[in-house]
Amino acid sequence: MEFKTPTSPHIHSGATVSRVMLLVMAATIPGIAVYVSYFGWGVVINILLALVTALACEAGILILRKRPVLPFLYDGSAVVTAVLLALALPPIAPWWIAVLGAAFAIIIAKQLYGGLGYNPFNPAMAGYVMLLVSFPIEMTRWQAPLANTEASLSFIDSWHIIFSGIQANITDAISMATPLDTLKTELRLDQSVEQIITGNPLFSNLAGLGWEWINIAFLIGGLFLIYKRIISWHIPVAVLATVAILSGVFYLIDADTFSSPMIHLLSGATMLGAFFIATDPVSATTSNPARIIYGVGIGVFIYVIRTWGGYPDAVAFSVLLMNMVAPTIDYYVKPRVFGHKQ
Amino acid sequence: MKMKHQQTLIQRLLSPHQFPGGVHPPQHKAESTNVGSVKAKIPARLILPLHQHIGEPAEPIVAIGDKVLKGQRIAKADGYVSAAIHAPSSGTISEISNCPIPHPSGMNAPCIVIETDGEDKWGELNPTQDWKKLDASALRNIIRDAGIVGLGGAGFPSFIKLNPGANKSIDTLILNGVECEPYITCDDIIMRERSGEIMLGITIMRHALNAKECIITVEENKPDAFNAMTIMAKETSDVKVVKVPTIYPHGSEKQLIQALTGKEVPANGLATQIGVVCHNVATAAAVYRAVYQGEPLISRYVTITGSGVAEPRNIRALIGTPMAELIKQCDGNPASLSRVIMGGPMMGYAMQTGQVPVIKTTNCIIACTEEDVVSEPTVMPCIRCGACAEVCPISLLPQQLYWHSKSRDYDKAQEFNLFDCIECGCCSYVCPSQIPLVQYYRHAKGEIWADEREKAHADIARDRHEFRQARIEREEAEKAERHRKKKAALAAAKKKTTEATSDDNKTLIDDAVAKAKAKQLQQGPAADNITNDKIETGDR
Ligand code: SF4
Ligand code: SF4
Repeated sequence: MEFKTPTSPHIHSGATVSRVMLLVMAATIPGIAVYVSYFGWGVVINILLALVTALACEAGILILRKRPVLPFLYDGSAVVTAVLLALALPPIAPWWIAVLGAAFAIIIAKQLYGGLGYNPFNPAMAGYVMLLVSFPIEMTRWQAPLANTEASLSFIDSWHIIFSGIQANITDAISMATPLDTLKTELRLDQSVEQIITGNPLFSNLAGLGWEWINIAFLIGGLFLIYKRIISWHIPVAVLATVAILSGVFYLIDADTFSSPMIHLLSGATMLGAFFIATDPVSATTSNPARIIYGVGIGVFIYVIRTWGGYPDAVAFSVLLMNMVAPTIDYYVKPRVFGHKQ
Repeated sequence: MKMKHQQTLIQRLLSPHQFPGGVHPPQHKAESTNVGSVKAKIPARLILPLHQHIGEPAEPIVAIGDKVLKGQRIAKADGYVSAAIHAPSSGTISEISNCPIPHPSGMNAPCIVIETDGEDKWGELNPTQDWKKLDASALRNIIRDAGIVGLGGAGFPSFIKLNPGANKSIDTLILNGVECEPYITCDDIIMRERSGEIMLGITIMRHALNAKECIITVEENKPDAFNAMTIMAKETSDVKVVKVPTIYPHGSEKQLIQALTGKEVPANGLATQIGVVCHNVATAAAVYRAVYQGEPLISRYVTITGSGVAEPRNIRALIGTPMAELIKQCDGNPASLSRVIMGGPMMGYAMQTGQVPVIKTTNCIIACTEEDVVSEPTVMPCIRCGACAEVCPISLLPQQLYWHSKSRDYDKAQEFNLFDCIECGCCSYVCPSQIPLVQYYRHAKGEIWADEREKAHADIARDRHEFRQARIEREEAEKAERHRKKKAALAAAKKKTTEATSDDNKTLIDDAVAKAKAKQLQQGPAADNITNDKIETGDR
């Protein structure tokens, strides 16, 4: 009578990469729902486009690399990349934007570096920045929140805008700069924050119209992930605290030229970035103290680029910049090992 | 299924010295604690490995064909760190040969086999009722002669851990009844059934150690054992019984000490360095029996559990009983099992056959079917999620250890403190990519040891060579010196003039220098040997 003799531990918690990714996806649902309610079906179409492209690219490359296809498609990491990228795109961007971005994210930013676990940069953000740099017009033409336009956008309308060649004409009617963009441009024209916001239909009491609720919805999803222990609190808290403190200090110094912490926390991709993008385990730092440093770094870049840089939002650049130094932070910030002096 | 494998923040805040990390695997303890322990049948053959403990294997003092009585010593301790072995029942020595033993490598090793006669006849015992008159070293001798080793699983000879060494004082004696691994319940049951024996054993241990305070620790999930020990402890007013939170690996010695005292055992150090000694509760009961009854260690409580047995329970088994016999006695069919684990599912190891015997350190036998264990998980690449680092009780970075172990960059792995890893398995347990992390660490450690052994051999050879070279040189020098002295003496005798004094002085100085040099040479290689020894003892 012979038995198998695998080594310990003989049991496992049941955690799997797919489960982690599934929960991350579940946590984006409230945010996506609110996003759709303010910006229409374009959001969903973008997600679907990115998803199909990402999965197809992932499968194609896995076959080329002679790797097992199914377990890796099943792990869900490509799905997460696609969704995060799609959420960063303007809901009225032409279809090839999402396709190109997703293909770049999966093929160049992920698979060329060795696939799951080996990519130094967050693939979704790499894809986004590639698009932003290459197609600045398409990438910055945002749609006004539905509440601000006469037109109500049905699924078919969104479909048309995204897929029709004569995009520009239709979209002009409903396109508008984002609140962060508006702030940036108008501040350059020596307007005070107060003047810009008051009476502007793009802004609400809290921040940009719609954006505040989208951010709050992503915040809720993020808290769910922390509760489920899918992510640790260190990175999001460090990012948000840094943004809040920096914007708070400058706001106190000069409320005319610097927007309030509320606007910074609840505009653009702040919450999505803090909870879903910066926490991407593969490209972030790993130990808790290193995570805090990493989060603070992202927070600083977000504020600095938004305030003084050339782009209205800065989550993608900040994350990519910190991705570059993540291995170095990990190397220097090691926890004290039991029984060793520091 | 809701999975809770880490502590809540509140739990952590409430226990000030909580060690970092840890996991909460499903307990599976209720199955084997519904019923009290029973005595196992005496098997036809008792297989007694000579190596059941940490240290040197015992040396047989019987020959094939000898009749032995129960409790009779059949193998003696070989050296200081070793333990004697006694016949668990009466019978005839039928074999002294290599048999399968419980060992991670699945190897065969020398064993004494007893063909039992069923009479279970005791040999002569020497109880010591008035042990209080004995001094610490006499008590230690009794415990040593009874072959007692740590029954918690490590198997370190207990008398050594009752000897703090000259000039060292022990502040705290900790009795470990934590039993944090899933499935295992033998300490739970022995605390419920033998709390009196344990308490007397503790008194003896404390006497031997001269420990200032004594704490019995029981995990929260064993209220009955906790109550039993508390009632017993009331008689001896200064023994504290403490409940500790249920979290794995709370029963690991270093983690337990940290949680109780806030002190950390230094890396590569011993608990005695910070004035603490830790013993298992079952060991205390064995000490009692050895001293009061004169009984050596020949049986122990073993948990027989897992889905492969219909009646999981604790059994008082004779050391040497084949595991398959015990599984049968709990209504299990050894042939239908997928795996048999000795110890718990987190750190225990799988047996290659059911014929391996229970040894002194066998606390639990899990008769596994597929539902108890994971087999062949789909391993994915590391996603650097850090879950492993969060649960590591040593605050290592398991993920980095994995990268460096996998790429065989062993220097880097050691830089990340590979050798501080206690192989608790927490990291593998939570890894979402299901990477067998601990397996990589074991492999890396094994390779490093092998390298070092090779190097040590080379060093010894080199030392020997250098030593020989030095001796030859020294002998030549001495010869020359003698020659010179003789000449000088002759010359001096011839001359008998006053100027000779300065010359003589110089000779004396030369002499002293030569002697000192020779001495140094002798000591040099000896000191090196000590380091080599250290490397060798590391391999255990
Ligand atoms: S838990 Fe597994 S996947 Fe996560 S960092 Fe550790 S080794 Fe990598
Ligand atoms: S097995 Fe080693 S590395 Fe893994 S958690 Fe335990 S001590 Fe840490």
